[in-house]
Amino acid sequence: MAGISARKLDKVYPGGVHAVDRLDLDIDDGEFFALLGPSGCGKTTLLRTIAGLEQATGGSVLIGGRDVTNVTPARRDVAMVFQDYALFPHMTVIDNISYPLRIKRQARVARHARATEIGVQLGLADLMDRRPAALSGGQQQRVALARAVACHPSLFLFDEPLSNLDARLRLEARTFLKRLQRELGVTTVFVTHDQAEALALADRIAVMEAGRIRQLGTPREVFGRPANTFVANFIGSTPMNLLDGVVRGSTVDVAGGSLPVPAGAEGLVTDGEKVIVGVRPEYVRLSRSGEGLAGEVSILEHLGTTTLVTVDCGDELVGATVPEEDEPEPGAAVRLAPVPGRLLLYRAEDGELIGA
Amino acid sequence: MTISDDDARRAAWRMAARIGFYALTCLIAVFFALPLLWLVTAPFDASPTYAVDVPEATLDNFAEINANPYAWGSMFNSIVLSIGTALFVVVGAALAAYALSRVRMPGRDALLYVLLLLSSVVTGTAAMVPLFLLVSEIGDSVHPALGIDSSFAVMLVMAGGLLPAGIFMLKDFVDTVPRSYEESARVFGASPLRILKDIVAPLIAPGLATIAVWTVVNVWGNFLVPFILLRDPGKQPAAVLMRTLYTESGQPNLALLSTFSLLYSLPVIAMYLYVSRKYGFRFHGGIKS
Repeated sequence: MAGISARKLDKVYPGGVHAVDRLDLDIDDGEFFALLGPSGCGKTTLLRTIAGLEQATGGSVLIGGRDVTNVTPARRDVAMVFQDYALFPHMTVIDNISYPLRIKRQARVARHARATEIGVQLGLADLMDRRPAALSGGQQQRVALARAVACHPSLFLFDEPLSNLDARLRLEARTFLKRLQRELGVTTVFVTHDQAEALALADRIAVMEAGRIRQLGTPREVFGRPANTFVANFIGSTPMNLLDGVVRGSTVDVAGGSLPVPAGAEGLVTDGEKVIVGVRPEYVRLSRSGEGLAGEVSILEHLGTTTLVTVDCGDELVGATVPEEDEPEPGAAVRLAPVPGRLLLYRAEDGELIGA
Repeated sequence: MTISDDDARRAAWRMAARIGFYALTCLIAVFFALPLLWLVTAPFDASPTYAVDVPEATLDNFAEINANPYAWGSMFNSIVLSIGTALFVVVGAALAAYALSRVRMPGRDALLYVLLLLSSVVTGTAAMVPLFLLVSEIGDSVHPALGIDSSFAVMLVMAGGLLPAGIFMLKDFVDTVPRSYEESARVFGASPLRILKDIVAPLIAPGLATIAVWTVVNVWGNFLVPFILLRDPGKQPAAVLMRTLYTESGQPNLALLSTFSLLYSLPVIAMYLYVSRKYGFRFHGGIKS
């Protein structure tokens, strides 16, 4: 059991790519922590630097309070699950699971007993004598997890653990993974580019861009109060509405209409300041009349129980999700009003959150 | 009607072309098979000529070879030399190919190509005089076990000549092993040598088998190196012994030569069949996860 700390951690590749940029991070003991970001943001490099597979070019990494910056992966007491699972194709499942114990020079009988015990826990009891090639993707993933569990580490590192599974299996594996982590209580860091996966699994999420953390928070914070327009754009399965606006006293002129400045931003904006108004489609209420931005329904996208309605407001397109029974007709004139407290105001020049 | 006539003519032509093609391939096959057929019939002939004949089915030639004091010993020497050299080549090539595949260093490919180029010179005829001098010098000044008349020295010289090509072949196999396998083992605490032994070597087994067989075949057929570096007839391999199977007048003794040649080729054929069945000589290791 151990927390992780990164202090001014820097990783520059020989080619000059600055993958991790003077990064500070604290992950608590027992936490399920997600590193989220688009490809090339440095999240995998950060994970590999924690594992010791990459040597940091600056700063330090501490695991359980111990400085491990120059310690080999073997002595960091971590277990890693790779994106391709990295199961050894010439070994059976039981040999794969017990391989970490074989390196630790445990006797064959003891390590096979332990591997069987873990295999049974993870629902692999009938597969112990198979080779990885004879397993489905989901089974291979569980073998990889079992192998990580077998070495009894103080830290799990998962690199895109679910991305090689098909969509349906991924949901099952997600639940399985979360339950396993809860049961074991081992600090776990996982890398993903899938925001839904990060929101569903993690206790806390670090959203990364270009080697830096753009926001660090619980899934609720990251989803409900993105700290900047990058995070606002990246999180959420339907893209957030980000509309250019200008402050006029206590209102903001936006999309051919005006909305009140949110309470949290009052006094922080000046008259005539350019801002970006952000509101999630899920937090926009659509009505036939009344308050809000006036517009005309242009496109309907069915999302199952809800429908994403794209509305033409002035020269901007605004999205709103409505329950399936309240679907408007295309071309209908509608009013859009943000749910109180869900309107976010970002500075236009740097995209940072002013208030909500 | 004309259409079906045309069709019939075309079919006939196609048939004729096919028959011609098979006749030609048969002719080529016979051209290459005849010497082999001679190798199978001549040993059972009391007085073989260069022609393929129906033999009298005598085993006298085998009895005479059996009576030769060096014949079986030379076969044994050949086996020792080939297996010893193959061990050097397989172990050396595995270590070198793994390192060359995984460690990034400038001029790596150039190094490989230069090695490959030089290796064809090292055990070639041109290098025989310097090699002879080198080996006899080492034998005189370091230890006789490394000098002239030492099987160990012969193995080292032949392994030196075969290693570059072996490394070159094996590196392709190592390149196909995903790095994540090794990184995974590394995180569990395996040392590089341990990873080579536990993970990489089993995955490149077909490659190791390929270069082992290739080395054995090369050493088995090598005449010049053992001929020059081994003086003692008791240490010479079969390829060198064959030189003594001549009559007093200097004519090749066809009866003994063919008999010994047949015996000489059997171990290689047996090895080929065994390895081919076990590994199938695949050039890509069939690594699928």
